[in-house]
Amino acid sequence: MTATAIPQQAPDLREPKGWRSTKNRTMTILMVVSFVLVIIPLGFVLFTVIAKGASIISWQFLTGSPIPPNVLPAGIGGMWPAVLGTLLITGLATLMAVPLGVLGAIYLNEYGGKNWLAALIGFMSDVMTGVPSIVMGLFIFSIWVLHFGYSGLAGAFALGCLMLPVVIRSSYEILRLVPDSLREGSYALGATKARVTMTVVLPAALGGIVSGALLAIARAAGETAPLLFTILTVTEANPDVFNGANTSLPSQIFSNASQPYTGAQDRGWGAALTLIAICFILMIVARFVTARFTRYSR
Amino acid sequence: MSTAVKADPAGPAGSANPLTARRPLGDRVFQILALASGLLVLVILVLIAVSTSQQASSWFSTEGLKIFTNDWDPAAGHFGALAFIYGTAITAVIAVIMAVPVSVGIALLLNEVVPYRWSRPIVYVIDLLAVVPSVVWGLWGILVFAPWIQHIYASIASGVNDIPVLGFFFGTPTSGASFFTCGIILAFMITPIVTSLSREVMATVPQIDKEGAYALGATRWEMITGAVWPHSQGGVVGAVLLGLGRAMGETIAAALVIGSSATITSRLFAPGYDMPAVIANQFGEASGVFRAALMGLGVLLFVFTIIINVLARGIVERSARRKRGG
Repeated sequence: MTATAIPQQAPDLREPKGWRSTKNRTMTILMVVSFVLVIIPLGFVLFTVIAKGASIISWQFLTGSPIPPNVLPAGIGGMWPAVLGTLLITGLATLMAVPLGVLGAIYLNEYGGKNWLAALIGFMSDVMTGVPSIVMGLFIFSIWVLHFGYSGLAGAFALGCLMLPVVIRSSYEILRLVPDSLREGSYALGATKARVTMTVVLPAALGGIVSGALLAIARAAGETAPLLFTILTVTEANPDVFNGANTSLPSQIFSNASQPYTGAQDRGWGAALTLIAICFILMIVARFVTARFTRYSR
Repeated sequence: MSTAVKADPAGPAGSANPLTARRPLGDRVFQILALASGLLVLVILVLIAVSTSQQASSWFSTEGLKIFTNDWDPAAGHFGALAFIYGTAITAVIAVIMAVPVSVGIALLLNEVVPYRWSRPIVYVIDLLAVVPSVVWGLWGILVFAPWIQHIYASIASGVNDIPVLGFFFGTPTSGASFFTCGIILAFMITPIVTSLSREVMATVPQIDKEGAYALGATRWEMITGAVWPHSQGGVVGAVLLGLGRAMGETIAAALVIGSSATITSRLFAPGYDMPAVIANQFGEASGVFRAALMGLGVLLFVFTIIINVLARGIVERSARRKRGG
């Protein structure tokens, strides 16, 4: 017999068939399903808030004052006191938490290095992000409100305490990415450490720090629990953050959500849409800053 | 500038060696400012513990160990908080059981399955979830979700009421605002943090291990169970603990959807109460021992979450460091 060319079996490089590939595929599908499980409620929430809120929101709703009693239908008065309160209180909290947080991160990365104190502060600041927001409210209530009364400032303290560890963490991550060669270059020119940090390291990290801070602000703007016992809830606009009870969008949503009156619920939806819009705009700006101004990333 | 340097090559004021010269005042002030800001974290944590325990002391002293009884009746002056501790534990556990498989699934999807250009939009969506404020979840939960899911509860309950174990957990009574609704809402809220921490941990798995598994002919799932999972197990446990801590402390959404009834029951579809929710709902009209009791619940909550967070961060950090080979 002549050696008929037995066709050389080419190794099968295709995916394995049978049980193993079925299992692989099932698991991949389950992973996609888990993502879909998250999209559905998110989409549902956003859809409801937009559908119910869009018909309520108007110029009058955003800038009208005072907030009417619960029994009245939407369309009378407006949410200006809450919008103003949210902007002022969150703004004040930002002024306190962002500089301190960035300085704290500078200590951790530029001065602390690997010493035990920096390690402890870094660890405890991560732990502090897990402190429930209501506890921050109780804390400010007992050290500030009991002595000086309710005010927007007290609310800003509570929000600031919540933002501080978040800002420290995000700024620290960015500062770590700034290459040492930049620092060494400036030291070689004779600059002091403070000068190197302020004029070389910080500008290099600015994009990341700003975007981290914006995300922290977005989270803080939506917080209700720390404000409940620090600013109370009033219906008149109070532009003086340092004195007197104030109000905010989240506080208004909270008090309206449990009301049986449709007018109150409508105002709740309108306020929710306003609040979500503020948070999302901050987040989108943060994304833009990250994409446009970040010099060093992982 | 250059002329000044030429004029005095030894440095300003002829100081001997620039390396041993005293640092300028501004430099030292800056360092002290930075240190102070860092220390602020520790100061705030200590102040929280001290000031809230001080305010709560009259609860601890008048009730003693009775704070752990199931007897909450402010009008009669009874402040036993067991029902709230129970509710906190139950809702947090429900939230974790539902959120963890989903979060780990998304983390694996992002890290191991989809290409980079697809993973970014998915991350954006998860971030959106994290940015939706707690109170908006609560508003939606109580006005839309609870009335809708109430019918599902009712039909489940009528189906399983007479089955021994299932009936024990899922039997009547049912209510739209309940432990279970609260658990579901909390699950939505903790998914982003558990996902992002799991991703962080899974990203530390060495590329070479994964390639090794593929080279041995493993399917993607076998690579995940063989290379990714053993490396990231510990860290994922830490992420889960952090999620648990978040779920325990989440206030406003829980206050709106938990049903506000201080009862201990095995029935998950029944209305209940948890620690942050009772503080949020009742603190406003409280005074005296009542206020101290609510403040004390805050202290307990603080202690629980600190313990959980220290454990979780410790686990995450240790597993991340081990993976980096440090």
